[in-house]
Amino acid sequence: MTHEKLTMAQALNRALRDAMAEDPTVLMFGEDVGPLGGVFRITDGLTAEFGEERCFDTPLAESGIVGLAVGMAMNGMRPVVEMQFDAFAYPAFEQVVSHVAKLRNRTRGAVTVPMVIRVPYAGGIGGVEHHCDSSESYYAHTPGLHVLAPANAADAYGLLREAIASPDPVVFLEPKKLYWSKEEVDLAAPVPGIGRAAVVREGTDATLIAYGPSVPTALEAAEVAAQDGRSLQVVDVRSIVPFDDATVCDAVRSTGRAVVVAEAVGFASVSSEIVARVTERCFHSLAAPIRRVTGFDIPFPPPKLEHFQLPGVDRILDAVDDLQWEDS
Amino acid sequence: MTRDPEALLPSAEPVMLIDPSGVPTGLAEVPDDDTMLAAYGALVAARRLNDQAYALVRQGRLAVYPSSHGQEACQVAAAQVLGADDWLFPTYRDTVAAVTRGVDPVEVLVLLKGDWHSGYDPYRTKVGPQATPLATQLLHAVGVGYAAKLRGEPTVVMALCGDGATSEGDFHEALNFAAVFGVPVVFFVQNNEYAISVPLARQSVAPSLAHKGVGYGVPGERVDGNDVAALLAVLGGAVAKARAGEGPQLVEAHTYRMQAHTNADDATRYRQDDEVAAWVERDPLMRAEAYLRGRGVLGDDQVTAYAAEADRVAAHVREGLNRDVEPNPDDLFDFVYARRTPQLEEQAALVADELSREDAS
Repeated sequence: MTHEKLTMAQALNRALRDAMAEDPTVLMFGEDVGPLGGVFRITDGLTAEFGEERCFDTPLAESGIVGLAVGMAMNGMRPVVEMQFDAFAYPAFEQVVSHVAKLRNRTRGAVTVPMVIRVPYAGGIGGVEHHCDSSESYYAHTPGLHVLAPANAADAYGLLREAIASPDPVVFLEPKKLYWSKEEVDLAAPVPGIGRAAVVREGTDATLIAYGPSVPTALEAAEVAAQDGRSLQVVDVRSIVPFDDATVCDAVRSTGRAVVVAEAVGFASVSSEIVARVTERCFHSLAAPIRRVTGFDIPFPPPKLEHFQLPGVDRILDAVDDLQWEDS
Repeated sequence: MTRDPEALLPSAEPVMLIDPSGVPTGLAEVPDDDTMLAAYGALVAARRLNDQAYALVRQGRLAVYPSSHGQEACQVAAAQVLGADDWLFPTYRDTVAAVTRGVDPVEVLVLLKGDWHSGYDPYRTKVGPQATPLATQLLHAVGVGYAAKLRGEPTVVMALCGDGATSEGDFHEALNFAAVFGVPVVFFVQNNEYAISVPLARQSVAPSLAHKGVGYGVPGERVDGNDVAALLAVLGGAVAKARAGEGPQLVEAHTYRMQAHTNADDATRYRQDDEVAAWVERDPLMRAEAYLRGRGVLGDDQVTAYAAEADRVAAHVREGLNRDVEPNPDDLFDFVYARRTPQLEEQAALVADELSREDAS
């Protein structure tokens, strides 16, 4: 075991470097990902190490970046592209929905487009307008895409390696506010794969279900609750698509109560899907309706107001308090 | 590659090597007789295929057919100037281009028959899946060409689109990406004057669509889209330049969609009969035939032989499209991902259960 202290940004960088060293068809491209190393430095050093043909800057056009990746994937490459920010990925939406997601199906498996679309996403960094969207529902609603959201450095490394190796296209959502959180990581240790959720804190009274940037918040809420004598379990969804019904539902059945925590707008969202799925499967185990703590149904607020939008510990604990406890 | 704007500009008039009556214009040499006869044979087959497909719509065997009647020379030439290792990226109107490149027409028409979204393996003939969302396939063409270039392969990619598609953002991004990365792509615009009902004047007031290359450093050329000799020369030249490392090329063919957008469209609502009639005398098939007869290399016997071969292809198409394929509901779930997700397994089981109950009742 070789533990090292790494930020999520460094873990992602290592995943790209290791994948590129292992497989010469893995390419990295996008805006400012070359000599600059990306605005978040996720691609730092890759051009120097692998050359301009393996990690390169493109013209500033997101549909062009994704469309180019489709063609390169059709012709033997495994491209990884970076959308600079969540909301800057929208110009690529047609390529993602109409081609990335559908080519395998359209051609009955003859054409596959193994590629990873990396998206720095969500808020909590004081970013101005168009830099803080939680856009996972758009992708999760599109059959043919895998959608992953790591919440720690080990998963960032392990899931990105698996995403690059996947025969299917992956939208890889990187929580910006977690880029600089440091932790002890053993990169050689395997993590659960695509399609697997993980119980990241054991608990017996209620289950918090979260993914991406909301997982550390849920863990913090569980810690506070523990001090008040309430034992909260935390499930990290990790893989939004495919969704791990088994792990999530087993967890909820074990406690009988659940709160879904997500930063995105709540209406017609991944969080509403989770509530629907879990309710359909676990109704008879539930002591209370599942509650949600999500972003409000508003455009992401400016930096000085964003704390109202982000699920916080207090709001999560209030929702837990509402789960029809017999002792209250 | 050049940055000299003058060198990027297309000719003032579309290149024409054979005039509508079949007489060489003398502008440049017409391709040799064997090349022209091969093109003529493909044109005869193409016209027959367009007519046959249109008839099959009326018979209910095809859901819809966007005919390329009148544009066949563009599509025949686009396919015939390519080598075996090159790629072709067609749109939904480019059935003839795909078939000329060697895709079985029955497989091409699977999309319009409704059995599946695409019926051929793109790798077998190096023909991309026919794209319906406009201009999106141009970027895929750039990606295929760039991957080949990075591996040092001499592949050239022919990327087709129409006049309307030149208004789409992906057209511009594709030209720019191809130019910046020096990718050997020939962007070939079939300007048939209409995007469904909207005339060219509402798409662009540029001097020509070929001029759009200048803004990206891509040389443009204009060609008579109903003169297969000019098309072979201009497209062949563009392919040669791309292969020689001169970067992407843009070619605009001036042609005309003789029929409505599809059989579901009513062209009388937006254009006059006399406008259509004026294009009849510029028919690409008649022009090639008149030229070859004038050369003395095509006689009645050969014309009959080419027509018989086209009839044979049409019979193959009829036979293929009249054959009903039993839909397999497993297909709905089997190609979404490399492996079905647990959710798709559940949904496939639901459909299987529905079917078993139908069988039981």
